Amino acid sequence: MKPYQLTITEACAAMNKGDLTAVALTESCLARIAEVDQDLHAFVTVDSEGALRQAAAADAMRQEGSAGLLCGIPVSIKDLLATKGQRMTCGSKILENYIAPYDATVVEKVRNAGAVILGKATMDEFAMGSTSETCAFGVPRNPWKKGYVAGGSSGGSAVGVASCECFASLGSDTGGSVRQPASLCGIVGMKPTYGRVSRYGLTAFASSLDQVGPLCRSVADCALMMNVISGYDPMDSTSVQQPVPDYSAYLVEGLKGLRVGVPREYFTKGLNAEVHAIVQNSIAVLKDRGAEIVEVTLPHTEYCVAVYYLIAPSEASSNLARYDGVHYGFRDKQAETLLEMYKGSRSKGFGPEVKRRILIGTYALSSGYYDAYYKKASQVRTLILNDFKKAFAACDVLVSPVTPTPAWPMGENADDPLSVYLSDILTLSANLAGIPGMSVPGGFTEAGLPVGVQLQGAHFQEEVLLKVGFNLEQALQLGKRDLDL
Amino acid sequence: MKISKEQVEHVAHLARLTLTEEELEQMTGQLDNILSYVDKLDELDTSAVVPTSHVFSVCNAFREDIVKESLSRNDALMNAPQHDGETFLVPRII
Repeated sequence: MKPYQLTITEACAAMNKGDLTAVALTESCLARIAEVDQDLHAFVTVDSEGALRQAAAADAMRQEGSAGLLCGIPVSIKDLLATKGQRMTCGSKILENYIAPYDATVVEKVRNAGAVILGKATMDEFAMGSTSETCAFGVPRNPWKKGYVAGGSSGGSAVGVASCECFASLGSDTGGSVRQPASLCGIVGMKPTYGRVSRYGLTAFASSLDQVGPLCRSVADCALMMNVISGYDPMDSTSVQQPVPDYSAYLVEGLKGLRVGVPREYFTKGLNAEVHAIVQNSIAVLKDRGAEIVEVTLPHTEYCVAVYYLIAPSEASSNLARYDGVHYGFRDKQAETLLEMYKGSRSKGFGPEVKRRILIGTYALSSGYYDAYYKKASQVRTLILNDFKKAFAACDVLVSPVTPTPAWPMGENADDPLSVYLSDILTLSANLAGIPGMSVPGGFTEAGLPVGVQLQGAHFQEEVLLKVGFNLEQALQLGKRDLDL
Repeated sequence: MKISKEQVEHVAHLARLTLTEEELEQMTGQLDNILSYVDKLDELDTSAVVPTSHVFSVCNAFREDIVKESLSRNDALMNAPQHDGETFLVPRII
């Protein structure tokens, strides 16, 4: 087995024993990137020199006995999280040459834990899209079948981890953008409870929905990453003061006494048969491990897409108003007046999906339409939140598919945004309700495409998801399946 | 039609965007589809429902009033498309 194929926990154990160094591990990942990334486009920016410097410092720390939880572990960062001195494009031409002057809190936390930052991961422009195909700097490809989408918007993060170019990645999830690409690429991805992880230094898309989350190759690695990035941050006014448990301590075998809820509305007629069968098998596995299975109902599920596609664009239209060519980013140099400069910079800098969502949001918030659209959507959001509260009175965790289908061919639905939006139907509601969600590999289709299983829990119950995910992983043993790249 | 080309043009102006004729045509059709779809929310009576803007109550998040180092002027101007070393420069307004 090559060093880049290990999990974080295996690599840490090898480094602790002296069998491996951080420099060797980083060189192994950089060689892997050189070998496969021209095809896969997991990275927008690779910082080889910086990574090797960080690796050497990590080796020195380990020798001094001051190694953090991620000491010497090569990771990637989604290109919408500020990393001091590095380019941050958000997948958009409008920020093509932007250099972040500070570190996001989560980046600072992984640095302090000793991680080696290899570079910035490819993503949908401003995290808008469900396939990573809206990135202005190349589209990531699904490593299991290269003509297929990787998922989005943290597509580059998922591809990098799945193809062993890095050990873990920090992504962001506004409507499923960690869980969906994790599912389509066969890895583990977690969206924590809103407020559990700092959003300081995360480029805002929809502020009441965005949450940073880890993408990893195992549940144990995910628990480790959560231990590093979780916690209150005074720099983020939406951060919640709540104690952080040791997530790794919850990775134990057996689920006796746990109630697993199966939401009736998530198993509708649009669900792909193979996805359905894989999720049903996972439910049976959890039952074998001692869990009690109960059927629950989330009656407002059918309204989630409509609510999301009013709230997210409304918040985006406000957040993206800052890109006007004045303080940073692309400026239309041909413009002669200030208004022409604003319009020219934004029109030439933003791609079609971003423009579409800004227009929907501006319309929904405009005079005469606010009550009919934004306020109405915020009221239905309350109903969705109440659905979850009722469901979690009857169960500890919800199990469902992540997406209605496995990965689909690139370019499909390019002219039909509504059908792409509908593919997010099973992930959006966790963001609207602010609850944690997780994607764990559940199996493969006959065509060899991975399918994830979604676990959702009550607010601040990430440890329950990790425990259930760990049991699923242990029982299914899918992690060792090799990619043929 | 839920939305006309003229309305899309007006909204684009509010959002400080300029659309080509082709973009305007395409966006009008797509926005019309999306707005027709979201009309399904009208099936629900929400007259007595309080809107959710944040899932947790976010109210006056204060922190200690301690002076900390902020970005230097050079760092703040570092990414500016045009500046004179002290301020951001934009086309003349008056």
